[in-house]
Amino acid sequence: MINFIWAGLLIVGILVGAVTGNIDAVTNAAIDNAKTGVDLALGLIGVMTLWLGLMKIAEEAGLVQGLAKMLRPLMVKLFPDVPADHPAMGAIIMNMAANMLGLGNAATPLGLKAMKELQTLADDKETATDAMVTFLAINTSSVTLVPASTIAILAAAGATNPTEIIGPTLVATTVSTVVAVIAAKTFQKLPKYRLDNNTNK
Amino acid sequence: MFITILQTISVYAIPFIILVFVGVGLAKKVNVYEVFTDGAKEGFTTAVRIIPYLVAMLVAIGVFRASGAMDILTSAISPLTSKIGMPGEVVPMAMMRPLSGGGAQGVMSDLITTYGPESIIGRMASVMMGSTETTLYVLAVYFGSVAIKRQRHALTVGLIADLAGLIAAVVVVRVFFGF
Repeated sequence: MINFIWAGLLIVGILVGAVTGNIDAVTNAAIDNAKTGVDLALGLIGVMTLWLGLMKIAEEAGLVQGLAKMLRPLMVKLFPDVPADHPAMGAIIMNMAANMLGLGNAATPLGLKAMKELQTLADDKETATDAMVTFLAINTSSVTLVPASTIAILAAAGATNPTEIIGPTLVATTVSTVVAVIAAKTFQKLPKYRLDNNTNK
Repeated sequence: MFITILQTISVYAIPFIILVFVGVGLAKKVNVYEVFTDGAKEGFTTAVRIIPYLVAMLVAIGVFRASGAMDILTSAISPLTSKIGMPGEVVPMAMMRPLSGGGAQGVMSDLITTYGPESIIGRMASVMMGSTETTLYVLAVYFGSVAIKRQRHALTVGLIADLAGLIAAVVVVRVFFGF
């Protein structure tokens, strides 16, 4: 599916650009965005290094495991294929906590660490596991408690009470997260998506 | 009150976490400096490894937006979205949100300044911003970092969650603010 979406964006974009006379803009967008991709990734190196180092300290000190233990009942339900004491659990919890607090910079390195830990549990290293998809479903549905930049933009535009957006946002994001988890759990059982039908083992 | 507490937590969270990690590490006799540098080694390679996935996704999204295809798609589906109570002005926001975080924030800022922060349009855009994430970007980066080739149901699930979040934003704003 990702192949079709990716190719679709490019092909439709180029054809529409040619018809509407925006072909120069299409060229520039391709080149500029390639550069943006590299800038974003390189910009991650610093925080990535910082958080992977800190996570290693937390692991050795037993902190992450402690946090994982507290949330064990919930985590075991969400990720039944992951052993309760596995380092992946700790990394997932840390990533969710960072997302909730709106610490996007810390969330990405912690999330990538979680993916790496989840991969150690996979038989086929090139195929997403149920746990990975559930984790990303929660991640992409957003669990932000304080949408800080939205509040700042509302305030700058002269909103009398910009923080009143927090309540509705919380409700909407909870709906999307619940739907995401249910969808992930349902789809993983469908023949088309089942793990044993999607592996080259 | 609740909000002040949450915002204070956001400000203090990172210094506090660093303090606790390093402090507890020391107390548990962990060689904190060595362990930190050992863990941190992977930072560079992880960041560099996601570059191909990031460039592939950002270029495709950029081409689609710049060509005007995004605008055409938006006007094509706005008759449909008005049926669920989403004003046509908000449709670009809904379309942009799963594709690009920066793009969506741009659209949101524009809607808020054009129609006002307390308008239904401004409020719906604000709630949409927080109700979902940039699905394509997250999938590209997270799967890319561990070189996963078969993503299975991840994209379908992500897009369903986006749709749920967008519909929830429309309903919730109408209920909360009585539009």
